[in-house]
Amino acid sequence: MSRTTFFEKCCRPGTGTIQVAVLDANTREQICFLDKVDPYSTIGNIKCLFQKSYPHWYPARQALKLDPKGKILRDEEILLHLPVGTTATMFFIDLGPQLGWTMVFLAEYIGPLLTYLLFYFRVPYIYSHRYASTSSPHPVVTRACACHTFHYVKRMIETIFVHRFTHGTMPLRIIVRNCAYYWGFSAWLAYYINHPLYTPPSYGEIQFNYGLIMFVMCELGNFSIHVTLNNLRGDGIRGRRYPIPTKNPFTWLFLFVSCPNYTYEVGAWVSFSIMTQCLPVAFYTLLGFIQMSIWAKGKHRAYSREFKDYPSLRMAIIPLIL
Amino acid sequence: MSAAAAGTSKAAHGDVAPKKRRGPGALATAYLVIYNVVMTAGWLVIAVGLVRAYLARGSYHGLYYSIEKPLKFFQTGAMLEVREVMSRVFLTWAVTHSVREVQSEDSVLLFVTAWTVTEIIRYSFYTFSLLNHLPFLIKWARYTFFFVLYPMGVTGELLTIYAALPYVQKTGLYSVTLPNKYNFSFDYHSFLILVMISYIPLFPQLYFHMIRQRKKVLGHIEDYSKVE
Repeated sequence: MSRTTFFEKCCRPGTGTIQVAVLDANTREQICFLDKVDPYSTIGNIKCLFQKSYPHWYPARQALKLDPKGKILRDEEILLHLPVGTTATMFFIDLGPQLGWTMVFLAEYIGPLLTYLLFYFRVPYIYSHRYASTSSPHPVVTRACACHTFHYVKRMIETIFVHRFTHGTMPLRIIVRNCAYYWGFSAWLAYYINHPLYTPPSYGEIQFNYGLIMFVMCELGNFSIHVTLNNLRGDGIRGRRYPIPTKNPFTWLFLFVSCPNYTYEVGAWVSFSIMTQCLPVAFYTLLGFIQMSIWAKGKHRAYSREFKDYPSLRMAIIPLIL
Repeated sequence: MSAAAAGTSKAAHGDVAPKKRRGPGALATAYLVIYNVVMTAGWLVIAVGLVRAYLARGSYHGLYYSIEKPLKFFQTGAMLEVREVMSRVFLTWAVTHSVREVQSEDSVLLFVTAWTVTEIIRYSFYTFSLLNHLPFLIKWARYTFFFVLYPMGVTGELLTIYAALPYVQKTGLYSVTLPNKYNFSFDYHSFLILVMISYIPLFPQLYFHMIRQRKKVLGHIEDYSKVE
């Protein structure tokens, strides 16, 4: 996974140096002055230098602009190519605490993983106390727990080993909001599935087993797509090629949709709803479907705009429909 | 929660209020004018109904029944605005209509009165604005009456919900218990308590927003009959 990479550039003798004055974007006061800066330095370098004066403002937290109301400068931009003279004036904004994407996802996923288990083992004070630390008589419940746990363990493994992230970080309050969503919902689902009064699926073992097969297929499919997308990015060029089906049959869904990873994800949750026959799970699936459709449509539009030869058969998330 | 404010935060930016930048087209204007005139009329009907019933009976008792139908109609009709009126519709149907026992409560009269006065002012405000002839009095009323109407409406709403609680608990209204086929449960009683609690953050926000709006709008007191 990538972070914003920081590197040192040696100062070349003979070229003029630039002076950088950093002003606070709100108060317009000068808060930092950097002397003898190499004109080939990037904004990333400037941020490193800035941090020397203000150690608690790590680069990911800094936003630098040439104009207080203007766009935030990207880390890769080079000083020489910006419209600055020998003295560059930049405006600084504190973006607040940031967390790297890997940590973000791990934080979001560890919650559901653990809270579900709390309910599965019927930790005291959740259900009425004669059920404390008992286990459900239904085999369905144990298997559902295994599936749910597997789902989040897989996600965490993918986060660590498979995904590569483009933007370095995410603001803290967004993370808190996302965690509340994931943790809250999984607690709500787990409450009902592991409840002493839980009712197993109406069609019994058959219903559960069909659901399970569909679940496994979707998990495998989702994983295949993540690996495929990861390989696409491998050569470092961003978005120059769009994903296409490979030899792996799970990737053949690319013939019909732009974001089969979301399709498989929805499929996994639909199958989990069938397996547990639990309305809160179905509701959570619906919400996830709505959110992922929005993301998929955005991605689909981006692909269509960037590639003139983009296959017209492809829909965003549901083959032939959405 | 937005109830008694003479125009709430969202309603102030709602589709029916024309914005300075670009006005609605001719057809849209016609629609909006008709809509607002009808809504004003509707709430006037409710107001007149209340007064007549009071004069006939000599007491506040049972006034709800005299205006029940138009109230339901015009409040639900406001769904066309799409915004904001969710809490009003909730109060009308999910609380007052559903729990018969609260219909004779004084708190119902409290919020109905608050809504009535608010809405008459608000819809006339929009109507006149659309016709580009807004009397200062209406504008002033809209941004001043809320000081009293808003707390009055909120009090009425809260008291009504509170009055409904014991009946909801006793009858298990709109509640689902375990075990059931879909492994789901919903306790309407707890839900109503949550709704009441939600007034705590929301009421001050809306109230202070209206105060700020008032400063902005009525700050230019010299523009008498100009549209805002």
